[in-house]
Amino acid sequence: MSDQKPFIDIRHAQKSFGTLEVLKDISLQVDRGQIVAIIGPSGSGKSTLLRAINDLDPLTGGEVWLEDKQINKTLPHRQYEKHINEVRQEIGMVFQHFNLFPHLKVRENVTLAPKMLKGLSDDDANALAEEQLTKVGMIERIDYYPSQLSGGQKQRVAIARALAMKPKVMLFDEATSALDPELVEEVNLVMKKLAEEHMTMIIVTHEMSFAESVCDRVLFMDQGVVVEEGPPEVIFRNPKSERTQHFLRNHLAAAG
Amino acid sequence: MQRVFPFFLEAAWVTILLSLLTAILGLVCAILGTFARLSRFWALRMLGATYVSIFRGTPALIQLFILYFGGPQIGIQLDAFEAGVIGLGVNVGAYMTETMRGAIISVDKGQAEAARTLGMSRWQAMRSVILPQAMRLMIRPLGVNLNTLVKSTALVAAISVVELTYTAQRYIGSTYKPFEMFLIAGVLYMIIIYIVGLGVAWADRKAQLH
Repeated sequence: MSDQKPFIDIRHAQKSFGTLEVLKDISLQVDRGQIVAIIGPSGSGKSTLLRAINDLDPLTGGEVWLEDKQINKTLPHRQYEKHINEVRQEIGMVFQHFNLFPHLKVRENVTLAPKMLKGLSDDDANALAEEQLTKVGMIERIDYYPSQLSGGQKQRVAIARALAMKPKVMLFDEATSALDPELVEEVNLVMKKLAEEHMTMIIVTHEMSFAESVCDRVLFMDQGVVVEEGPPEVIFRNPKSERTQHFLRNHLAAAG
Repeated sequence: MQRVFPFFLEAAWVTILLSLLTAILGLVCAILGTFARLSRFWALRMLGATYVSIFRGTPALIQLFILYFGGPQIGIQLDAFEAGVIGLGVNVGAYMTETMRGAIISVDKGQAEAARTLGMSRWQAMRSVILPQAMRLMIRPLGVNLNTLVKSTALVAAISVVELTYTAQRYIGSTYKPFEMFLIAGVLYMIIIYIVGLGVAWADRKAQLH
């Protein structure tokens, strides 16, 4: 056993909504710089698992660790709030529906949190926004409102907004599922760029070819358990589990 | 007829003042009520819900009567105008509480999630992400509350505040012209409400321009 602790360590994650158990004892370790895709049918618990990492959907059992910090600690309210707000600054998240702030321009969407939480000056925050928006190819739209952007552009701004907090890990919750097919590629390209920079990423996705080309590891989840996990060439080309084979066959058929 | 006109204008002024003060008090009550309704503390939520259900669940006229006629019995001495402002203000505050709360909870849940995942506290997310969006959503329905409020001021005639409705009733006695008296009052109400409506539309337009 190596004595190096995993970067992200999910231990025996369990989650129930009432009597419905959506996560059944899931453990997952992610190393720094690793890119993990989580695939599976809807209702398999993959989004719930992702959202448990920053305690957006708190687990009912088990632990989530980022380096040497436990994320889902039980603390008195005030202490928990302080703790979780600090932790979340280190974890970027990108949502299926972008969730850009519609009352703010692109620039302000990116600078809001760094100014508020890290006390950046206007100049520093602007420089930061320009840097991040350049990275996602959205610098020309810096003074637009979200309503003036296409879905793919919105998602790229949302990625820049998350990156502006300089997170240690990025979580993607079906980042391209709500996009028109022709807009998927521009978002995928940005994610590929992050991969090349060795950003640690956990990606819940329905884009099998993207997962295959970018990820180091793939998890197939179904009904609250990890059915199979491994390198993408194994999961996609040579899955052992019947359920994985079945899912991929159906998925390919549906994708036509 | 022409001799009563100045009295009507004076009464219209009282109605306007009454509406204005009531609106301000109502907004204050509504802000407190909304905080209570959305608090994470059970006791405060209950308090807010009780406030809303009492004042929306009984006639405003009864509330005014209790305050003005019943008040002295428990040591609350108010003149008619004060009782009118406080009674109507607290009443409209209950309606406005529901308007504000409705606007806040109808902001997409993803907005709060995005703010919280960036590391903002509940209050930071509320202040810089949720409230600015909720404000836009609440201007029109608050305008409806204001419209209702102006018309509700007619109720304080029943506790002898000399406003439009009271004035109309008073001059029926000397003019024997109830049709004209109430018509004048009605037209003046309509003018006031029209101006309020213009104000609301202006505020709404301004808020929607990002």
